[in-house]
Amino acid sequence: MALRDAFRSKEDRVSEQGALSGVRVPEASAGDTQPVISVRGLDKIYGSGLRALSGIDLEIRRGEIFALLGPNGAGKTTLISIVCGIVNPSAGRILVGGHDIIREYRITRSMVGLVPQELHTDMFETVWDTVRFSRGLFGLAPDAAYLERVLRDLSLWDKRNEEIMTLSGGMKRRVLIAKALAHEPAVLFLDEPTAGVDVELRRDMWALVRRLRDTGVTVILTTHYIEEAEEMAERVGVIHKGKLILVEDKQALMAKLGKKQLTLHLQSPLPGIPATLAGWDLTLNNDGSELELTFGADEEQACIPALLRSMGELGIEFRDLNTRQSSLEEIFVNLVSERK
Amino acid sequence: MNATQFNIHGVRAIYRFEMTRFARTLWQSLATPVITTVLYFVVFGAAIGGRMGEVDGVTYGAFIVPGLIMLTVFTESLNNASFGIHMPKFTGTIYELLSAPVSAVEIVLAYVGAAATKSVLLGLLILLTASLFMPVQVLYPGWMLFYLVLVAVAFSLAGFIIGIWARGFEELQFVPMLIVTPLTFLGGAFYSIDMLPGAWRTVSLFNPVVYVISGFRWTFHGSGDVSMGISLAVVSGLIGLGLLLVWGIFRTGYRLKS
Ligand SMILES: Nc1ncnc2c1ncn2[C@@H]1O[C@H](COP(=O)(O)OP(=O)(O)O)[C@@H](O)[C@H]1O
Ligand SMILES: [Mg+2]
Repeated sequence: MALRDAFRSKEDRVSEQGALSGVRVPEASAGDTQPVISVRGLDKIYGSGLRALSGIDLEIRRGEIFALLGPNGAGKTTLISIVCGIVNPSAGRILVGGHDIIREYRITRSMVGLVPQELHTDMFETVWDTVRFSRGLFGLAPDAAYLERVLRDLSLWDKRNEEIMTLSGGMKRRVLIAKALAHEPAVLFLDEPTAGVDVELRRDMWALVRRLRDTGVTVILTTHYIEEAEEMAERVGVIHKGKLILVEDKQALMAKLGKKQLTLHLQSPLPGIPATLAGWDLTLNNDGSELELTFGADEEQACIPALLRSMGELGIEFRDLNTRQSSLEEIFVNLVSERK
Repeated sequence: MNATQFNIHGVRAIYRFEMTRFARTLWQSLATPVITTVLYFVVFGAAIGGRMGEVDGVTYGAFIVPGLIMLTVFTESLNNASFGIHMPKFTGTIYELLSAPVSAVEIVLAYVGAAATKSVLLGLLILLTASLFMPVQVLYPGWMLFYLVLVAVAFSLAGFIIGIWARGFEELQFVPMLIVTPLTFLGGAFYSIDMLPGAWRTVSLFNPVVYVISGFRWTFHGSGDVSMGISLAVVSGLIGLGLLLVWGIFRTGYRLKS
């Protein structure tokens, strides 16, 4: 019932605590250690013969923000669609909240909300009617107060009586989010939520995701924007050509795979890298006026003082220095190129 | 929601959505069939019917009323139900239906129920229109209403299947236009198959629409081309076949899920 709280004022929370008896989402007390989603040996081969997913094993922790990162065509949408019941799996087993998505689809589907990648919306329906529809479709009794809060939170309240087709693309995406939240899901899938979205909406979306997470909702987003995963996610799964090639805490991933660069701005340009420094991963840039050292993020303490000492012995002086950590983008490019 | 609970809110949401769509285009929805019917009355009832004698013991004008209602119920059921489920497939909004905790039974109940409701209302409206042109007598009103609902359900179910099967709007039009309309005209909407020469009468008996229309005519005039029992059996058979196909569709995800 955490999500509900995200859209309730404090007074409501106090006054309605006793009223929330029609609980549909299994409470977290079933053991917070149990993953909210568990995927085992998932394969997907489309009718065309195309193998979109192979042997996916993945566990999503309750309450985390998880980013599924991969280039176009990697299989992100396919994976999400299978969990939501839109695409049939070819092999494997998926549990949501400990329930099988096929045998116990009613339970698992009422726990899950999906914001699709494409702007699939009705045309002539009003915003209000469409969120009401979604709530009913997912088996919940009407709750105008809750839906009002969702719409207000997404800056859609003023547009509630407008037909969806009159809205801009960004507004339509907000409508899709409101629809996905209408049934108070415990797990929210956002498929490429910020693709083609303006800066303001992107910022709003990130804020919303954090707020949802704070109330205990698990958020799984797919993206091919590295910054998005880097900015939002606690854990990242990298998917490439239908295979999940790694799943890591973002920090651990950065530390393990992230390279750091130390750039030294030299007093006077060097003609080349001195032979005594050949053991270092060095490059000379900017006509010899910048010396760049690349090292593993965990080697920092050992590396930098040693290099500086060697340079001092050689009499190379520098005006300034700075270090930079490689982004997920670079990490990702490295990962993918290793696979080729 | 537990694993077995019937999703009544879901059924209601879809039903309401479909009825709203109907209300939004209320004038087209009502005007087209009513105008068509009036034209049929003018042409067949007044212009041609005046030169014809009685059929089955009633005037030709009164004779064609049940057939005309059936014609409208067939086409409206097929069109409404097929459009209702095809549109979300076409626009992509079907993702929501497929990801929702609604069972096949609930989906069918809502879509077919809504389409059948529209058809029954339209059928009754046409009956009303017809009675403005001539005195129309319904011998068994209870049976008439029951049979009307049954036929509306059978053809809405067929429409629902067509809506899922069709890959585009051409295919959506294909079955109603190229199969059902001819079968209806040949199925005795405007004549009794007793009026046909022997060989054609035998051929007609292979047309299921003959049995459907005959039963409805029986509820009006107390006589039809075949007995009411056979008509009921055929309509029930059509519903049974439809349910079987729908069951197969949802079990395999045919043209719904890849
Ligand atoms: N309905 C479908 N039928 C056949 N192939 C599909 C279908 N949907 C996606 N694919 C293919 O599956 C692969 C993965 O697609 P998708 O899951 O959409 O990737 P992503 O979301 O990571 O961009 C792609 O090669 C895509 O062309
Ligand atoms: Mg995708």
